[in-house]
Amino acid sequence: MALHKPYTDIPGTTIFDAEQSRKGYWLNQFCVSLMKAENRARFKADERAYLDEWPMTEEQKQAVLARDLNRCIAAGGNIYFLARIGATDGKSFQQMAGSMTGMSENEYRDMMVAGGRSIDGNRRIGEDGSAQPHRQPQGAHAAKSGGA
Amino acid sequence: MARITASVYTSHVPAIGAALDLGKTGEPYWQKVFAGYEFSKTWMKENRPDVIFLVYNDHATAFSLELIPTFAIGTAAEFQPADEGWGPRPVPVVKGHPELASHIAQSVIQDDFDLTIVNKMDVDHGLTVPLSLVCGQVNEWPCPVIPFAVNVVQYPVPSGRRCFALGQAIRRAVESYDEPLKVQIWGTGGMSHQLQGARAGLINREWDNAFLDRLVADPAQLSQMPHIDYVREAGSEGIELVMWLIARGAMADVAGGAAPRVAHRFYHVPASNTAVGHLILEDA
Repeated sequence: MALHKPYTDIPGTTIFDAEQSRKGYWLNQFCVSLMKAENRARFKADERAYLDEWPMTEEQKQAVLARDLNRCIAAGGNIYFLARIGATDGKSFQQMAGSMTGMSENEYRDMMVAGGRSIDGNRRIGEDGSAQPHRQPQGAHAAKSGGA
Repeated sequence: MARITASVYTSHVPAIGAALDLGKTGEPYWQKVFAGYEFSKTWMKENRPDVIFLVYNDHATAFSLELIPTFAIGTAAEFQPADEGWGPRPVPVVKGHPELASHIAQSVIQDDFDLTIVNKMDVDHGLTVPLSLVCGQVNEWPCPVIPFAVNVVQYPVPSGRRCFALGQAIRRAVESYDEPLKVQIWGTGGMSHQLQGARAGLINREWDNAFLDRLVADPAQLSQMPHIDYVREAGSEGIELVMWLIARGAMADVAGGAAPRVAHRFYHVPASNTAVGHLILEDA
């Protein structure tokens, strides 16, 4: 019997379930290795060589090299694991979370200070909130460069 | 006999720890967060427990994908602050209470909750940020702490109903311990936040405040809420709030006693990506 997944109709949201975990096992375990200072140093010295020590898919490695957290999550990554990459780069959780929206760091910070992203229109795919697929990427830069 | 004296609930945002550790507490952005804990620090000094039973979630720190316990109780003599990638937080080592922890493990497991017993575990911001918020920046924590880690990282996570029932079992366990210890139980994490994808930054102020109301007034009914409601309404990481039901389940009224007194309530948006919620409930 397939896993029951009542959570696939939420826009811009990937639930880290057993299936995602299997897909992302080595990507996430690579992230765990970055909790040691000596591994962070080795990764920073030659990222590609360090990644090649892990049985990750090429897509997972490319997503890490590009620091594209949405791609990492699609490839089975979980944000609490992926945060080790951001920490290695000296980034905060806010910078990491914001990077997944298309907004600039300041735009995202301003949104949070103004009370955060509204739930209205963002509960289910098919509504018209800011997290809906047809409104990506977000932010002024994205709009100027031809985004929605 | 040991007894539960109070329950404390708070978010455990890592940026709060960073703000404390990097001396940013005077900045207006952070002052608004820390202002909500001024009362709590004074309250903690006046109501110092002998042990804190601290429910939190490990953020892929002590537990990688190699091992994912649903409920894990720390029975060691001490627990080191973890290096989560930024280096360990400069906070005191967490001293455990192996005797009480082992007693609770025995009682709760024989009460049909299958805990994982952990004798070696580093503790991450999920545990140390609540301690910093309520105890302040100290050279040593005011009392021993029993870490109790709940899996809310990989689905399936435990239901609110299960967490609430577990809290009741923890109360029974504490009350069957011979030494006359005052024990606080803390539930941490939440409130609304989402750290991933196009919906990152989600905050649901109305839902959060309704959760606080219901947690105080009708936790039994609140515990019936399915996961999907947390995720849809409070964000993918808002699921952490199931942990608050463990602490709430340990209060006297759930066991047929008097309703708790709300000593303190605070809510603020934002701390980094997150809505900060905080409650202190005292048993009569």
